[in-house]
Amino acid sequence: MCGIAGLIHKGKSADIGGQLTSMLQSLKHRGPDSTGFALYGNPTENEYVIRFKLAEQADLRTGFRIHDEVKERQAEVDRRLEEMGARVTEKDIATEYARRYRFTFDGDMKRLADYIEDVEDVEILSIGHGLELIKDLGDANTVSGQYDLGGFEGTHAIGHTRMATESDVDIRSAHPYWAYPFNDIALVHNGQLTNYWGFRREMERRGHRFVSDCDSELIAVYIADRMDQGDDLEAAMERSIGELDGVFTYVVATEDKLGMAKDVMAAKPMVIYESDEFVALASEEVAIRSVFPHEIDTYDPYEGEVRVWQS
Amino acid sequence: MAKLDSRQASEMGMRTEQLTGRTQQVFFSPEESDNLTYSWAPEVDFEKHTELDAENRSANEVNRHIRTLMEEGYGSITILNPGAKHSLGVGILSRLSLRFEGSLGYFGCGLLDGPNVVVTGRVGWSCAENMMAGTLVIEKNAGSSFGAAIRGGDLVCKGDVGGRTGIDQKGGTIIAGGRTGAFSGFMMQRGRMVILGDAGKSLGDSMYDGTIYVGGKIADLGVDAVEEDLTEFDCGWLKRKLDLYGMEAANGVENMTKIVSGKQLWNYDNLEPTEKKLIL
Repeated sequence: MCGIAGLIHKGKSADIGGQLTSMLQSLKHRGPDSTGFALYGNPTENEYVIRFKLAEQADLRTGFRIHDEVKERQAEVDRRLEEMGARVTEKDIATEYARRYRFTFDGDMKRLADYIEDVEDVEILSIGHGLELIKDLGDANTVSGQYDLGGFEGTHAIGHTRMATESDVDIRSAHPYWAYPFNDIALVHNGQLTNYWGFRREMERRGHRFVSDCDSELIAVYIADRMDQGDDLEAAMERSIGELDGVFTYVVATEDKLGMAKDVMAAKPMVIYESDEFVALASEEVAIRSVFPHEIDTYDPYEGEVRVWQS
Repeated sequence: MAKLDSRQASEMGMRTEQLTGRTQQVFFSPEESDNLTYSWAPEVDFEKHTELDAENRSANEVNRHIRTLMEEGYGSITILNPGAKHSLGVGILSRLSLRFEGSLGYFGCGLLDGPNVVVTGRVGWSCAENMMAGTLVIEKNAGSSFGAAIRGGDLVCKGDVGGRTGIDQKGGTIIAGGRTGAFSGFMMQRGRMVILGDAGKSLGDSMYDGTIYVGGKIADLGVDAVEEDLTEFDCGWLKRKLDLYGMEAANGVENMTKIVSGKQLWNYDNLEPTEKKLIL
């Protein structure tokens, strides 16, 4: 069933890491297998942040050479970044198998992303000016603690608690999904697309690649593709209501916007709280109450509804 | 309770299936007042009031505590800080005046059979599912599947309500002060639904009895839902019912739209499923 959540501060930064951790922990019962965060920090114009993994968590428990292999993979990523002309200004070792780099680059970002992902078992989780995508196995408190997300300052964020139903319990299948290779677009989704394969083939013919068989990744790439063709976020989402088939509620974020859309059957839940300074939305109101314990007015969006908020 | 004769019932779109002799359900007669409450129901005093703070209690603890208080004779209980927790106030099967100061999460107040409940905030999905008797009044909005499969009682939301309101409604009355979402009244079987605002698409889809009254616009009607003229009896009933809860139709009850089943989808004959099997 999965739980999704999002929040956006209008015109200011706040501890979005801590707030989203609370919200997602409240949704643990909807999906205890993995938890993911797409956090939008304060962007810098000339710099990018890349989050990537060098192995799955489970890989570290297999084989004698895995620890050396992880180091070799990182060295190869470093070499390729340098070869492509990217200048790394900051390196963080988030976990033994996950890295966060800050870098400057003025070349073709898709070529760079393709070249890094060409390193065997390396997967880019996100690239963006503000976006940092973190996902791993376990509940929100576990992942947040592991990646030190409490106190992460930013304007908006989306997150997901996953109950694995049709694919493995691993980082690759966890949400959110970055819309590879478009900067700063990430998406979480609760539901199921019934025209997934046809749509995916169409997107692949247009040159897009997918790391998973998950329909949520397709929606992320679809939205980014529409925006690349000139739609603004709201128009792309409005179009998705008619073109995507199935039951779904999704939350998508760009560098400065947060949006939600619900299919025409409105079969998947969403509760919204909105004030002049802040918007929070989640599969269940208990998640919003973890940030706002006092009485608040909330509402359910209706069938086919699309909402977009600016940070 | 006012008695409806068959003509009035027919005018209101309520055409009752005849299942005499086929059911094992025990029907209560209003004359047999002893049968209107369960034999084990606690004797409560409505003048005896207490408060219960739910802030640091689980839903299970709150529900158990309500029962304990009822056994101690409290007939009026106020729950503070419900905090949108799920499944609060469920399965209360006897008389009680219960008030939630705040909002409830999913499956709030399900399976009610007799109490009078007020929620000052909002309720999440599937509020009052399978309600059998009593009243439940929500002061703000409600989520989807509001009053799913209710069989009796009055379920009132003064704000907007989500999709699939009254899905599989089997009796009782649902009143929405604002709008409702798609597929409200889906597979409605009996009872009445009053929507004072706009109704979402596919209203009354596949309903095979019951009546829906709409004060606002209807996005579109579902399969086999048809419009019928309001009668004086409808208007009288609507006026009385809305007055009970301090509500009114913006354009007057006489201008509401009445929706009933077109009776074209029925695929039932006089045989019970077990009897059909014997024939096949």
